[in-house]
Amino acid sequence: MEKPILEVDNLRIRYGGASTEAVRGVTFTLGRERLGIVGESGSGKSTVGRALLRLLPGATITADTLRFGDRELLTLSEREMLKVRGRHMSMILQDPKFSLNPIRRVGDQVAETYLRHFRCSKTEARDKALAMLEAVKIRDPKRVYQQYPHEISGGMGQRVMIAMMLLADPDLVIADEPTSALDVTVRLQVLNILDGLVRDRGIGLIMISHDLNLVRNFCDRVLIMYAGRVVETLAARDLDRAEHPYTRGLLAAQPKIGGGRAPLAVLDRQPEWLEEKA
Amino acid sequence: MSHRRIRFYGAAGQVGTIAVTLLGLLLLTFFIGRLMPADPVRAMVGEDATRETYEQVYRSLGLDRPLWEQFFYYLRDVFTGNFGTSIRTGQPVIQDILHVMPATIELATFAILIGAGLGVPLGVFAAVNKDRWPDHVVRVFSLFGHSMPIFWTGMIALIVFYAHFGLVGGSGRMDQFYIGLVDERTGFLLIDSLIAGEMDVFWSAVNHIILPAALLGYSSSAYITRMTRSFMLDQLGQEYVTTARVKGLSRNQTIWQHAFINIRVQLVTIIALAYGSLLEGAVLIETVFAWPGFGQYLTNNLITGDMNAVMTCVLIVGVIFIGLNLLSDVLYRIFDPRTH
Repeated sequence: MEKPILEVDNLRIRYGGASTEAVRGVTFTLGRERLGIVGESGSGKSTVGRALLRLLPGATITADTLRFGDRELLTLSEREMLKVRGRHMSMILQDPKFSLNPIRRVGDQVAETYLRHFRCSKTEARDKALAMLEAVKIRDPKRVYQQYPHEISGGMGQRVMIAMMLLADPDLVIADEPTSALDVTVRLQVLNILDGLVRDRGIGLIMISHDLNLVRNFCDRVLIMYAGRVVETLAARDLDRAEHPYTRGLLAAQPKIGGGRAPLAVLDRQPEWLEEKA
Repeated sequence: MSHRRIRFYGAAGQVGTIAVTLLGLLLLTFFIGRLMPADPVRAMVGEDATRETYEQVYRSLGLDRPLWEQFFYYLRDVFTGNFGTSIRTGQPVIQDILHVMPATIELATFAILIGAGLGVPLGVFAAVNKDRWPDHVVRVFSLFGHSMPIFWTGMIALIVFYAHFGLVGGSGRMDQFYIGLVDERTGFLLIDSLIAGEMDVFWSAVNHIILPAALLGYSSSAYITRMTRSFMLDQLGQEYVTTARVKGLSRNQTIWQHAFINIRVQLVTIIALAYGSLLEGAVLIETVFAWPGFGQYLTNNLITGDMNAVMTCVLIVGVIFIGLNLLSDVLYRIFDPRTH
C-alpha cells in the first residue's frame, strides 16, 4: 500500500476553558482517497478539519501522531504552517456568501493563493486563476474575475471557492459542508466539479458532512463521529451494513421519497456510546 | 441604462436631502436666535438708552414684523451672503469668522491627525488581542483620554512641558516676539510663515500648536480607538478571515489586507465626525492656551448675546457636519462595491 497522505493517531482537542474535550482520541489514516466524516452537530467533525490546518485559536491540540506527508504538523512552527496552508493542504468552507471577502474582486481573491505561494508576476497569477476558473466550469472567466462576491450566485461562489483552494495544487483538501448552503439544484453540479478535479489531480479529500447520501455517493470511506469520537469506520458502499447502533439510528432517521407516512425514527442515545473503546 | 438612472436618482435624492436639511438648519438657527434669553436691542443700544431709541432700533431690526416675515428676510440675507454685523466688534460677522476659523482649522487638523494616527492602530491592536492584557492596557489608556477634563490636562501639560522642561511653546499661536511679523494672507499661520519665508515664525508656530493638538488628539483618539476596536472585532469574526488564513496568509496579512480594508469606510466616517466636533472649536483648550479660535469666539458671542454672530456660528457648524456626512456618503459609494 502506498504511503498515506495523512496519519492521525489519538487526536485530542480541547477549547480554551472547556471542561471536556471536543475531540477525544480520533485515529484514522488517509491515502489518495475520498474520506467522509459524518456526525451530528457538535460531534467534533469540523473541529477535526480545522485542527488539521491548526486554525483553532485558543484550543489545545494534542496527538500521538499528526503526520501530513513527511511533516509532523504539531511540531511545525507557525511560519512553516503558513507554507503548508493553501499550498499543501486547504479547506473549502461552507457558505460562499460569508467566506469570500465582500469588497475584493473574486478573481483577485483566487489569484492571491497563487501569489502567496509562488514567486511570479501578477499577470502570471491572473492567468493561472483564469484557467482555474475555467476548470471549475465557469463559462465566462474573464467577466467573473472582475466581479464582486455579491454579484455572483451561491453555486458560482462555491465554484470560485473550489478554484481558490485547488489553485496551488494541494495534496489534501478538506471540504467542510461544501454544499449545505447551496440550492438543491446546484449541489450535485458543484459536487461533480469538485469530485472530477480531486480525482484527476490525485488529491486526498476529507468531506465533512451530515448528509449520509452525499457521503455515500462521493466518498470511498466514511468515519462516523459521535461526541468527539469515531464510533465506526466503513467503506461507503457498506454504509447500509453499519453495525454501530448510532450509525443505524442515523440511517433509520432518514426520510425516503415515496416511503410510508409513519413518523421517522428518533435516535435513542445510549450513555455507553460516550465511553472510549477498550 | 438602469445603472445610470439609479445613479442619477441617487444623486438627485442626495441634493434633495441636503436642501431639506439646510432648510431645517436655517429654521433651527432662526428660532434659536429668537428664543435666546438675550435682548439683541438692549445689547446694541446699551442699558441707558431712552425708550424712543430702543423702539427705533427694535423696528429697524424688523423685530416688530410677524415671525414668518422675519424668517423670510433672514433666508434672503443668508442666500445673498449677508450675515449681519457683529454687535460686539462692529464688523461684518463673516469677516470675524474668517479671521478666527483658520486658527481652529489648523489646530483641529493637527489634532485629528494625532487622534487618528493614535486611535486606529491602537484599536486594531486591541481587537487583535481581545481580552488579553494589551487590550486592557489600551482600554485604560483611552479611558484616561476620554475622562480627564481637558482644561486640567491642558494646564498640567503647560506646567510640565512648557514651564518645567521648556520642550514646547506656551500659550498663543506663536512667541510674543514674532506677532505681527508675518502678513496674514490665508490666516493659516503655518502656511503664511512659509509663504513669507520666515522659518523662525514657522517653527515657533509648530512649537505652539503641538501641545494643544496632542491633548485634543489624545482625547478624540479615545473614541476612535473604541470604534476601531469594535469594527475590527466584527470583521475578524467573519468567515472570509478564515478563508484568508486557509490560503496561507499570515495573521498580519489577514488583518491588514482583508479585515482592515473592510472597515475603511466606517473609519473615515467616524474620523470625519470627530474632525467636525474639533472644528466646532474646543473652547476649553482654546481658553487655556489663549488660542484665538472659533470656540472662544462662539462662547464670547453667546455670553454677550451677539445674535447675528451666534446664528451664523451655529449655521457654519451645521454646514460643516452636512459636508462631512456628504463626504462619507460619497466615500461609501467609492469604496464599497455593494453600493454600485
